[in-house]
Amino acid sequence: MATTAIPSNQAPAAPKTLNYLNNGHTLKSWLLTTDHKRIALLYLISVSIFFFLGGIFAMLIRLELLTPEGDLLSADNYNKAFTEHGMIMVFFFLIPVVPAILGNFLVPLMIGAKDLAFPRINLLSWYLYVTAGLLFLHCLLRGGVDTGWTFYSPYATEYTNTNIVEAGLAVFIAGFSSIFTGLNFIVTVHRMRAPGLTWDRLPLFIWANYATSLIMILGTPVIAITIVLVAVERLFHLGIFDPRLGGDPLLFQHLFWFYSHPAVYIMILPSMGVISELIACFARKRIFGYNFVALSSIAIAVFGFLVWAHHMFVAGISLYAAMMFSFLSFSVGVPSAVKVFNWTATLYKGSISYATPMLYAFGFIGLFTIGGLTGLMLATIGIDVHMTDTYFVVAHFHYVMVGGVLMGYLGGLHFWWPKITGRMYPEAWARLSAMFVFVGFNLTFFPQFILGQVGMPRRYWQYPPEFQVLNVLSTAGASVLAVGYLLPMIYLLWSLKYGPIASANPWGAAGLEWQTTSPPPTFNFDETPVVTWEAYNYDEIPAPKELEAPVAH
Amino acid sequence: MHTSPTPGAAAGTATMEHEAHNPALLHHFADAQQQKNAASLGMWLFLVTEIMFFGGMFCAYLIYRLNHFNAFAAGSQQLSIKLGAFNTAVLIVSSLTVVLGVKAAEVGKRKLLVFYLVVTVLLGMTFLVVKGFEYNEKFEKHHVPGPSFNFTDTFDDNGQKIPVNSKEAELFFSLYFAMTGMHALHMIIGCGLFSVLAILAWKGHYSPGYYTPIENAGLYWHLVDIIWIYLFPLLYLISRHS
Amino acid sequence: MAEHEEHTEHSQGFYILIGFGLLVLTAITVGAAFVNLGMFNPVVALLIATIKATLVVLFFMHVKGASEKLTGIVVFSGFFFLALLLTLSLADYMTRAWK
Repeated sequence: MATTAIPSNQAPAAPKTLNYLNNGHTLKSWLLTTDHKRIALLYLISVSIFFFLGGIFAMLIRLELLTPEGDLLSADNYNKAFTEHGMIMVFFFLIPVVPAILGNFLVPLMIGAKDLAFPRINLLSWYLYVTAGLLFLHCLLRGGVDTGWTFYSPYATEYTNTNIVEAGLAVFIAGFSSIFTGLNFIVTVHRMRAPGLTWDRLPLFIWANYATSLIMILGTPVIAITIVLVAVERLFHLGIFDPRLGGDPLLFQHLFWFYSHPAVYIMILPSMGVISELIACFARKRIFGYNFVALSSIAIAVFGFLVWAHHMFVAGISLYAAMMFSFLSFSVGVPSAVKVFNWTATLYKGSISYATPMLYAFGFIGLFTIGGLTGLMLATIGIDVHMTDTYFVVAHFHYVMVGGVLMGYLGGLHFWWPKITGRMYPEAWARLSAMFVFVGFNLTFFPQFILGQVGMPRRYWQYPPEFQVLNVLSTAGASVLAVGYLLPMIYLLWSLKYGPIASANPWGAAGLEWQTTSPPPTFNFDETPVVTWEAYNYDEIPAPKELEAPVAH
Repeated sequence: MHTSPTPGAAAGTATMEHEAHNPALLHHFADAQQQKNAASLGMWLFLVTEIMFFGGMFCAYLIYRLNHFNAFAAGSQQLSIKLGAFNTAVLIVSSLTVVLGVKAAEVGKRKLLVFYLVVTVLLGMTFLVVKGFEYNEKFEKHHVPGPSFNFTDTFDDNGQKIPVNSKEAELFFSLYFAMTGMHALHMIIGCGLFSVLAILAWKGHYSPGYYTPIENAGLYWHLVDIIWIYLFPLLYLISRHS
Repeated sequence: MAEHEEHTEHSQGFYILIGFGLLVLTAITVGAAFVNLGMFNPVVALLIATIKATLVVLFFMHVKGASEKLTGIVVFSGFFFLALLLTLSLADYMTRAWK
């Protein structure tokens, strides 16, 4: 195995040589691929389709809420709209977006491996996702579901007339897609790191995906069995959650949230991993407190399992359990805060430049902080009693999901776009788009904090007229946000044909993925790298000319 | 935080002869040992998902047993200890035959390996047949949850009516069928797996250099056994002394 | 990581002995169910089940003597997180009556 010494960004771009994109042009070579990079692209296409579908439902919701009366949709159809928006976004977008796209593409590259540990299981994961997606689409065509994405008992188990079993089966299958991805990542990181790549030299993106994978393995099976029990209760009237038969509807909620709370950490952790990579590159500095940031990912994964009943404060759990879960929920905020502080400290005396990925990273830090702090507010029982099931909660989770997960994803997508496609995106359009996203997002969701605080309940189709101004602002913001999402669709696709050819390392970034060509060859590296340097060795890597900003020392 | 040397480092010379002509080595692995360790860790992680999957039902069981102890005890007493204990013994012996099969594979004893795999499948099927008898008995006594469930016409060994809430007894049987049914499904999958492995072993697919699928399928089978080890006392042995 | 093949370390007789032990423990657990131990009946039953499970994990599944501690950590974490689910849910159910 040859030694790859000090990394350089001098490797020439090689679009005409064989790489993973042009290595086989048939449909079969794509649909039966075991190359993790191609599978990542397959996911990119399918996840993006679901994102836009979920966005259409969001549009229906926001259009309906322009006026206080229920005039666009019937009450039942409004229930379906928010349910389907939620289910699609949670299960078919937020959970897979960063791990299955960026994670699948980058994990083997970042650790110097030829592929993931189980390439065929990786392909199976994608087929499970597509099967689940098609099943869910079929469910939608047959009338959809109206229980809310949380499909609580007894409405979901007994009273609703909508296609719960089919939707549940789709989520069950998607869950296995997630489990297999997590399984693959854990085994890959344990068994396939390049020589010299010890755990403390791993990029923080790997730590983040590793922690995410732990949650996928430990949590997803519980919602799987919950769905089975719901289906069994619905089909055979077994009454596991039915109080008339001695059951408890709250047991459903305990089992549901045991997964669904850690699920939100599945969503945010990989995105946080992206942010670590972006901040390090665009401040040209090692992430401050590497060990703390790495371990905070593991801490979030573990503590995230201890807090689920904060979704149930007013559901009927005992006060003592509520107090315990409230306290534990405060503790899970600590590792997240550790990350934010460390990212901020990294910026100090950094050589900062403002390419699009960095704009998204800045957006993430601010918006995730707001989302996280409002989460702590909701963890306070006294506040939650008033704010639960209001728009305050809706605003909170959109700040962390959209302001957090999505910003991280878009930042990462732009950052690694040249590596994935061999082309650069147009920077001016990308920055404009980032502005649309930031402004549109805040305009959409900040008014919702106020709406919640003045008492507008969530999942309601009508509201008192005095709430209209805030709702109109929110819908206006959503339109701006939509532009921010459509622009990248256009210019990223445009760049595939007309974008400038990218070099192996256009950002001058640290990391093994930048030491192979853009796009990489099918087996990633011509020779397995041997790692003799620490992560984020930016003191050894010269900055590319385009990035040399006036330094703010 | 320096841990053990990373895999992919120079492989021990002992395994070098394998690499040159080991048809089972997949291209993205550096050597057979790395592949084996990866497969093993992968199977263990899958087993963790199985623990959490069944765990949800154990959680339901635990909570309802605490809240409805008498009904659960009454329901439990309607199950046959003899058949349950017999089945437990069958599974334990089948786990033993799995371990002995792996040992045979290690030393290349093909026929012995096939023998143990076949015996394992037969023991698994025995378990399922006995389970079938048990389910049938429950069906006849109207203990299957649903419209035909009837516990008020159930009598204990002394011919007395059992003074428990019939609805709560139905809850016990709901969990009984859900948990043993899910377990039986996993047994069926296990029997299918081992049947395939027996055929492949007979055809000579496994050797001392490569018997990973046997080991990993064995891990799966042992876990299904462990789940039954917990199911048996929890379902069959509640309060038998009264 | 081990550089040599991981061989099951024990003899055929040893595994048969473990199997026999598991059968004996099964008989004990059935017998104990007929003895009135009050609130300790379920405790004893679960304890014996756990001993049996431990024997299967350590010896039949070769966790004892595995070349890496990772296997043991994986097994432990599976049961540990299940314990979290059970314990924290119970924390709700057992304190509902308190007022």
